Amino acid sequence: MPRDEAGILSEIKRDFIIRRLKEGKRGDGRKPDEYREISITPNYVPRSPGSAMVCLGKTKVVAGIKVEAGEPFPDTPNQGVLTTNVELLPMAFPTFEAGPPNDTSIEIARVVDRGIRESKMIDIESLVIEPAKKVWIVFVDIDVIDFDGNLIDACTLGVLAALKSTIVPGSKEGGKDFPLPIRNTPVAVTMVKIGDTLVADPDLEEEQLSSARITVSTTEDGHIRAMQKGDVGELSIEEIRKAINMSSNLGKAIREKYFK
Amino acid sequence: MGTTSDIKLINEDGLRLDGRSADELRPMKIETDVLARADGSAYIEWGGNKILVAVYGPREAFPKHTQDIDKAVVKARYNMAAFSVDERKRPGPDRRSMEISKVISEALSSAVMVNQFPRAEIDVYIEVLQADAGTRIAGLTASSVALAAAGIPMKDMVVGCTAGKVEGQVVLDLSKEEDNFGQADLPMAVLPKSGNVVLLQMDGDLSVDEFEKATSMILEATKKIHKIQRDALAGKYKAIALERSGE
Repeated sequence: MPRDEAGILSEIKRDFIIRRLKEGKRGDGRKPDEYREISITPNYVPRSPGSAMVCLGKTKVVAGIKVEAGEPFPDTPNQGVLTTNVELLPMAFPTFEAGPPNDTSIEIARVVDRGIRESKMIDIESLVIEPAKKVWIVFVDIDVIDFDGNLIDACTLGVLAALKSTIVPGSKEGGKDFPLPIRNTPVAVTMVKIGDTLVADPDLEEEQLSSARITVSTTEDGHIRAMQKGDVGELSIEEIRKAINMSSNLGKAIREKYFK
Repeated sequence: MGTTSDIKLINEDGLRLDGRSADELRPMKIETDVLARADGSAYIEWGGNKILVAVYGPREAFPKHTQDIDKAVVKARYNMAAFSVDERKRPGPDRRSMEISKVISEALSSAVMVNQFPRAEIDVYIEVLQADAGTRIAGLTASSVALAAAGIPMKDMVVGCTAGKVEGQVVLDLSKEEDNFGQADLPMAVLPKSGNVVLLQMDGDLSVDEFEKATSMILEATKKIHKIQRDALAGKYKAIALERSGE
């Protein structure tokens, strides 16, 4: 994940955060498995057939969906297509640069995509207009506009809300407009390891202090649909178990509160 | 993952298409010092995978802004040859290979004693000549052999393996068909001494119990793979010793 301008966190702050964690408290007073405040505004960009603005603490992202008719992939002639892209806008952080996606934004987009795709959240078999010739292509684009940590979860929340509000423009292809068929709600929960503690929904300071990162996406049935370990540090099998458990619990709470 | 097929991937006797049992690895072979120019190199055959790895460095990190004043930067580049898959792959990096390069670089950085080489970079070039499922793990496993062969100090080797789910069963080391038509894929890499995980990805559908089963299969398999890595390196030094004693 991106570091701050200098890539350095002041020693005093570092000591403070680690000391507080030993007492089970985080810098901002949260418990290790506590999320920051989430606010979701669906249909934020009415021009788009599906969209949402998400604030996760001070992190802000806007997700927008475009649905266009196009060719299917040759190996999946009876399925629609999903593509996910994340833009780390220069306005969001001092060291974000304009230009083609770098490995950070590609990793975020691919982990977000994996959670949505592997859970089969979208019924892509129902997005065929003419088999092998014409299908609906769902373009998911996410603008990161303010960065304070945990982009994977913020972007996933944005995509979930945007997809759930998406109307497929069937009338453009001689049919009727219809809501994008949704099957389930895969919630991605990211945790980082600071010292020996796993904390969920890290803010920027915590990301800078952490040694390893892990994202686990789960669905309603408690099954794991996607995982990604990130950063250089190590995780024990026990820590991964803990992360899966934490993700499953937090995912359930988020699903109930925001995606009923 | 996720594509459906009529092929039966596991037969009545519980055997897989290639005749393996659920927890059986595909045949594997590792060689070191296969390239003359590189500081260290390795070649791995794992099932139908044929992958070359070359290591250059530690050398001054370039461009300069990539330097870290405290440690060396491990830059792995995972690349698939255009002819490595059935349909020609367009040469050059794509989004998939950039993500794989990133997670492999991070996994190798965990093992290399990067603090010994401030401002340096260690380049690991992974070239997949023929792909047959599990290329990232095979490339990573061979990379740590190539790093050791280059004499780069490491606190441990990195050993990887995949497990997955096929027709509702957890199986080790997915074949190409199982990768394409299976229900889950879980690549994992560990440092064998501590058993700690340095690479973990997953896609598909796994219950928590299935994850536990897959993990224990992988951990058991990494012991065997680690031995193959060690034997490859021991072979290198045995050959040198023989040469010396013959002089």
